Amino acid sequence: MANTLKIKSAFLNEVGEISRFTARFFKEVIKPKQEWDEFINQCFWVGYKTLTLVGITAFIMGLVLTIQSRPTLVEFGAEAMLPAMVAVSLLREISPVITALICAGKIGSGMGAELGSMRVTEQIDAMEVSGTNPFKYLIVTRVLATTIMVPLLSSVANAISLYGGYLGANIRGDVSWHLYWFQVFNALSFGDVIPSLVKTFFFGFAIGIVGCYKGYNSQKGTEGVGRSATTAVIVASLLVFIIDLLVVQITDILGLT
Amino acid sequence: MMMEKMEPVVVIDNVNKSFGENHVLRDFSMSVGAGETLVILGKSGSGKSVLIKCIIKLIDSDSGKITVLGQDIDELEQDELDILRADIGFLFQSNALYDSMTVKENLLFPLRRHWSKEKREEEADAAILEALEDVGLAHTINMMPSELSGGMRKRIALARTLILRPKVILYDEPTTGLDPITGREISQLMIDVQKKYNATSIVISHDLNCIKMISNRMIMLIEGRNYASGTYEELESKTDPKIKSFFD
Repeated sequence: MANTLKIKSAFLNEVGEISRFTARFFKEVIKPKQEWDEFINQCFWVGYKTLTLVGITAFIMGLVLTIQSRPTLVEFGAEAMLPAMVAVSLLREISPVITALICAGKIGSGMGAELGSMRVTEQIDAMEVSGTNPFKYLIVTRVLATTIMVPLLSSVANAISLYGGYLGANIRGDVSWHLYWFQVFNALSFGDVIPSLVKTFFFGFAIGIVGCYKGYNSQKGTEGVGRSATTAVIVASLLVFIIDLLVVQITDILGLT
Repeated sequence: MMMEKMEPVVVIDNVNKSFGENHVLRDFSMSVGAGETLVILGKSGSGKSVLIKCIIKLIDSDSGKITVLGQDIDELEQDELDILRADIGFLFQSNALYDSMTVKENLLFPLRRHWSKEKREEEADAAILEALEDVGLAHTINMMPSELSGGMRKRIALARTLILRPKVILYDEPTTGLDPITGREISQLMIDVQKKYNATSIVISHDLNCIKMISNRMIMLIEGRNYASGTYEELESKTDPKIKSFFD
C-alpha cells in the first residue's frame, strides 16, 4: 500500500516537473534574443543526420505493406484498390508514427545522453557562469528543431514510402507509374494529409521536450546519463502513441476521417 | 601582508544552506580583500564547493548576504547577474570544457555574451591567443578537449576563465586528480596568473603543497562554520585537534 502510494507520488511529481519544464520553454521562447545559429545547427543534426535512417525505413515500410496487402485484396477481387489502400494507410498513420518512433529512439536518446553528460560534467553550469542562458541555448533550440524537423522528416518519409509501395505493387503485379500515382492522389484528401501533418508537430515537440527534460535534469553521474537516455526513449515513444490516439479521436469527432 | 585590511571584494555574511536535513553552511561569514588569494580548506562534503557556487549564484543560499564587487547578488536581476558574472571566473573541478567544441570555440564561448559582434571579429583571435599563451598551450587552439591530457585540459579551462579578464577567480579543487608534478605546474600557473591580472582568488583545495604555494590566507570550513583563519604557518602551528588533523 505504502509502496503504491510512493509510486503514485513519484509519477505525479514527474508529471508536475515536466509541466513546469514545458511552461519554462514557452516562457523562454517568447523572450527576445534567440540562439538562431544553434537552432540551425540543431536542425541540421536532427534532420540531416536522421534522414538516411528514416528514408530506408520508410522505403521498406511501403514495400512490405504493399507486398503483404496484395494477396488479401486479390482474394476479394480488389487488387485495383491496392495503391489507394497503401497510400491512406501510410500517410494517415504508419509513416508519421514510425518516423516519430525512429526520432524518439535516435534523437530523444541522443539529447538525453548529450545533455545528461553536459550536466554531470558541469558544462551546463559553465555556460551559466559565462552569462549564457543554458535553457535558451540548449533546450529552446533543440525543442524548436525537433518540432520543425520531425514533420519535414515525416513528409519525406511519406513520399519515399509511397515510392516503396509503387515498387511493391510491381513485384507481382503490373501497375504503371502514372496509374499508381493517379490512384494514390485520387484516394487522398486534405482530411487525410492535414491531421497527419499536424500531429507530427506534436510528436516532434514531445520528443524534444522529453529528451531535453531527461538530459537537463540528469543526476547520479554516468549511471544517471544512461538512465536519462533510456527513459527519454521510453517516455517519448509512449507519448507518441498517446498523442496519436488523441489526434485520431479529435479528427473523428470533427468529422475529418 | 595585511590582506584583510584591503578593500573587500567578496563579503559573505551569515550564510546558511541546507539540503533537506543536511545543514551544509551554518552562519558562515568571511571576506576577501582585493588581490588576495584565500584558500578554503575542509573535509570532503563539508560544503566548500557549495560555498563557492553560492558566491556565483549557481546555488541559492537559504539566508544571509553575499556581496561581490559591491553588489548583493540576491538583489540582482538576471541580466545584471550575467554582467557581474563577466567579472567572476570559475575554474570547475571537472574543467567543464565543452567537449563538442574545439579549444578555440571553448574560449570564444564566454565572449559571445559579453562582447559585441564587431569586437569579437576584431579582437577575439588576439584575446584567445593571449589567454592560451598565458597557459603555455597556444598550439592546441584547433584541438578537441578529448585530444588533451588532464593537465592540459585544466590549463585550457583556466585560459577560458581568464579570457574575460575577471576581477575575481574561483578555483574548485584545481589540482585534484592531477599527478604531483602537474599539480605543482598548475599551482605555479595560478601564481603567475595572479601576478599578471592581480585578480582576487578564492581557492577550494585539499592539496597542502598547492595551498602552501599559493595562499595568502586560509579558512578552515568545519561543520559548516568558519572555524579558523590565518596564514598557512599560523594554522599549521595550532594545537586544536580539528585543525591539526588537516596537516598530519
